[in-house]
Amino acid sequence: MEFLVASSIGLLTACGVYMLLRGRTFPVVIGLSLLSYAVNVFLFAMGRLQVDLPPIISDSAPGYTDPIPQALVLTAIVISFGMTALIVVLALRTYLEIGNDHVDGLSGGPTDTGEQE
Amino acid sequence: MGNWMIVPVVLPAVMAALTVLAVRHDLVLQRVFSAATVLALLVVSIVLVFHAAHTGPEMYSLGNWPTPFGIVLVLDRLSAMMVLLTSILAAIVWFYSAREWDKRGKHFHALFLFQLMGVNGAFLTGDFFNLFVFFEVLLIASYGLMLHGAGEHRLKAGLQYIIVNLTGSSLFLIGVGLIYAVTGTLNMADLALKVPLVPDSDLALLKAGALILFLVFCIKAAMVPMHFWLPGTYANAPAPVAALFAIMTKVGAYSILRLYSLAFGGSAGDLSWLVAPYLLPAAIVTLVVGMVGVLAAKQLNRMVAFAVVGSMGTMMISVSLFTPDSVAAGLYYMLHSTFAGAAMFLVADLIISRRGQYGGVLNAAPDIRQSGLIAAMFFMAAIAMASMPPLSGFLGKLQILTAARESQYAVWIWAVILGTSFLNIVAFGRAGSVLFWKSSAIEGEIQTASDQTFPKQTVIAAGMMLAMLVGLTVFAGPITGYLHDTSVELFDTTDYIRAVMGADTPIAEITTVAPFAQ
Repeated sequence: MEFLVASSIGLLTACGVYMLLRGRTFPVVIGLSLLSYAVNVFLFAMGRLQVDLPPIISDSAPGYTDPIPQALVLTAIVISFGMTALIVVLALRTYLEIGNDHVDGLSGGPTDTGEQE
Repeated sequence: MGNWMIVPVVLPAVMAALTVLAVRHDLVLQRVFSAATVLALLVVSIVLVFHAAHTGPEMYSLGNWPTPFGIVLVLDRLSAMMVLLTSILAAIVWFYSAREWDKRGKHFHALFLFQLMGVNGAFLTGDFFNLFVFFEVLLIASYGLMLHGAGEHRLKAGLQYIIVNLTGSSLFLIGVGLIYAVTGTLNMADLALKVPLVPDSDLALLKAGALILFLVFCIKAAMVPMHFWLPGTYANAPAPVAALFAIMTKVGAYSILRLYSLAFGGSAGDLSWLVAPYLLPAAIVTLVVGMVGVLAAKQLNRMVAFAVVGSMGTMMISVSLFTPDSVAAGLYYMLHSTFAGAAMFLVADLIISRRGQYGGVLNAAPDIRQSGLIAAMFFMAAIAMASMPPLSGFLGKLQILTAARESQYAVWIWAVILGTSFLNIVAFGRAGSVLFWKSSAIEGEIQTASDQTFPKQTVIAAGMMLAMLVGLTVFAGPITGYLHDTSVELFDTTDYIRAVMGADTPIAEITTVAPFAQ
């Protein structure tokens, strides 16, 4: 299970970073979302991976799983969700005002309407 | 101090919510609400500073959970001083914006108050996940403020600013996760106790976590190579917002100083003064890049923004030496550079709004309105930015140079600080002569927008910001004394840790005194 979780975090991060480095806003937004998913799973795993254990000390269970990372992940999810919503709106607004969706806002020239990156 | 410590966080939060919900349609009431909050904050933070100076560090546990399980706020000399600095800056920025700028978009005052809540919270918190939450609060508010009034350039710069900071937030969580995984705590004082006990097998992980966190603070503090967001953001932000943002880079600097002197300082064993070897070169390069940027900038706003980058470099050089003298000098320079940067942004706005169609581009234009007065203010702000006598920047740099004399890199530090000061003087001298002296020879008219007004209030506010610099200079004695105590308190972490963890906590021995001692 450790291998599965670790490699999925790695894959998510790699894809996230790649998308983040693209020149247009939409891939960048996707990249940020992927990165925040990777971070959420990572934070969760930092409390050690335990299966079938309650997040509280209980006599009927053989152990417990650390509840703090779960609380942290909850906070992180809420914040990253809000931030994604904000940046989508902002990216849209920027596209409507400037007329292109380049992150560095190149205006005019052939890249304005063409397909090339 | 009881419950007063929580006021700088809760008061702006409540008032901001009220401003949005109750008085969203009435600009005058919004102004009154935020003015009342800012004044109350000013009073409370002065009380807090005196309290911290007399009784030393004190803790407030939110929700009354026992430490280290609950979240705590900690008031000590450093955090009290930062809260006071924020309040003074906020009061002047409020005065500048409450005439004309806050009309250009919605919810200026609510965002302004949320920003204050985030900044104050970041200064007061004693828990580094909570620090993340307050960082997010201040960033979310800053996104709104940055885009206040919108416009093409501002949107573009705002988008980049948000992307950089969201990436930074992801890194922050990775760093927090790693540190928690190794030490099992989120409380900074508790972390200071746990770090020396970490087994060798986990040291690499802890170091990675701490350095990733350092990277995030460097993004906030605009240290090279993470400074790229700053010039675009500050140059395109509305002037009062840019002035308020002068405190934001200091939040990053404060976090570096706090976490890496408390938990990764002299008592951290193998990880003692973890960040010093990275911070010093980064700070030196930041100073050079900032000042070359000042020299190369073609626009007044960008020039000031690069000067802010450079001043962060100067300050962090001093902090990175991690001796009581150098940190005290760095803190004095930080107070100075906050007011100087803010004053310069306000004066630049006064100039640019009077130049009409010529805008902020550094070329000669016909005489502007009130050119004598504005030129004098520019001259004074430029003296402050260039750290020339007689203003406080000179005293700050003098202290930094004196403190650096005992370091093994003294030659480098002296050469870079003095050399870049010269670049700065040249650049601001040239800008001033182009803006004010050449202008008298130019024929023609300045056309300003028909609804453009030049309220006296803005000139007075910029003058108040300059008056703060004079105050820093005149009261340099008592302020330096306070800062020296602050610095001693930072290096002797016993009081801080015992205030948070209980009076009979055993304290780890301090093994390494300073990273760059000869």
